Amino acid sequence: MKIAIASGKGGTGKTTLSSNLASYLAEHREVVLTDMDVEEPNSGLFIQADLKHEEDKFKMVPQWVEDKCTLCGICQKVCNFHAVIQLGTMIMVLPELCHGCYACSELCPESALPMIPKKMGKLIEFRSDNLHFIESRLDIGEEQAVPLIRQTRNYIDKTFPDEVIKIYDAPPGTSCPVIEVTKDADFVILITEPTPFGFHDLKLAVETMRKLDKSFGVVINRDGIGNNDVMDYSEAEKIPLLAKIPNDRIIAEFYSKGQLIYKEVPAFRHELDGIIAYIKTLKDLKQ
Amino acid sequence: MKIAFTTQGTTWNSAMDPRFGRTEFLLMYDEEKDELTHYDNRDTAKDAHGAGPKTAQKLFELNPEVLITGNGPGGNAAAVLEKTGIKIIVGATDMTAQEAYDKYKKGEL
Repeated sequence: MKIAIASGKGGTGKTTLSSNLASYLAEHREVVLTDMDVEEPNSGLFIQADLKHEEDKFKMVPQWVEDKCTLCGICQKVCNFHAVIQLGTMIMVLPELCHGCYACSELCPESALPMIPKKMGKLIEFRSDNLHFIESRLDIGEEQAVPLIRQTRNYIDKTFPDEVIKIYDAPPGTSCPVIEVTKDADFVILITEPTPFGFHDLKLAVETMRKLDKSFGVVINRDGIGNNDVMDYSEAEKIPLLAKIPNDRIIAEFYSKGQLIYKEVPAFRHELDGIIAYIKTLKDLKQ
Repeated sequence: MKIAFTTQGTTWNSAMDPRFGRTEFLLMYDEEKDELTHYDNRDTAKDAHGAGPKTAQKLFELNPEVLITGNGPGGNAAAVLEKTGIKIIVGATDMTAQEAYDKYKKGEL
């Protein structure tokens, strides 16, 4: 089973929820927690585990072969991302902008743009008892998160059997990286804060998940601040409200020390219990 | 000499656009001909990525010797501009194209 934790607005508690939920579940079963926010992974701050495996990740980018090129300009025209630029008698490739779609390479009549591998980042796997933790990290300067997220998902599918619970800590927002993380999730938890900003971005995230035809629920973090809009909206839209994590200074203190919260704060653990109970009903429905 | 400015309009009185890749216009001044022309760059607003290299490529075609802009190009655009040999002058913000030109001529940019 795959559970993605996404948000819309950033800083609403995706990593707090995913690292605590994964560690809590791992007390009784095998769990894989994956930090899919490859542009700035931070789940590792909260997970103490041993390094098991590390591998470089590559994407395919075109390389210009000057001798074969007739300067027809097709490559520049077909690149939607301006990663291939023609400057007079020169073709310039900007690998960081390349999405690896092969259009320029395949459509070049002279085969002057063969695709070659370029390192974009790495995947690191850790383990602590039942908990497997995977972090993928883009190299500095790389702009494309999607290829690394896709390869990370493939690695997990290949490495861990279906029955292992997989928790994906998604990047914020609702753009391509989030879609890449959530697209094969069985369930998506949208965590938000009950503020106008959190509410606004939650609606975008809900619309995105509906377009993807996902099963999802909402968790309110820092309950007690802001207003009731998120609750009223979830009710009106018949979206299951899975938990309300109270706004409590003590939670922020444990977080700031890089500690797991469920071990220290019973009210927090109680909310995780509610989420787990809900997930179990889902699993029964699916099987 | 041909000089390019990143601007928010098409005249000497237009404010400079501090951005390079997503500048609204490229204002071109040909000193020999005393002629002011412009290129409308506003369709870069539609590009999610790569506006910098795209504008740099356009600038290469417009072929100025000097570019006067505000914040300066980002990494990808700078990589392209480096190949074009265009001299880049940054720091022309909060002023009109005319003021930027005058300052450049006095060596104040």
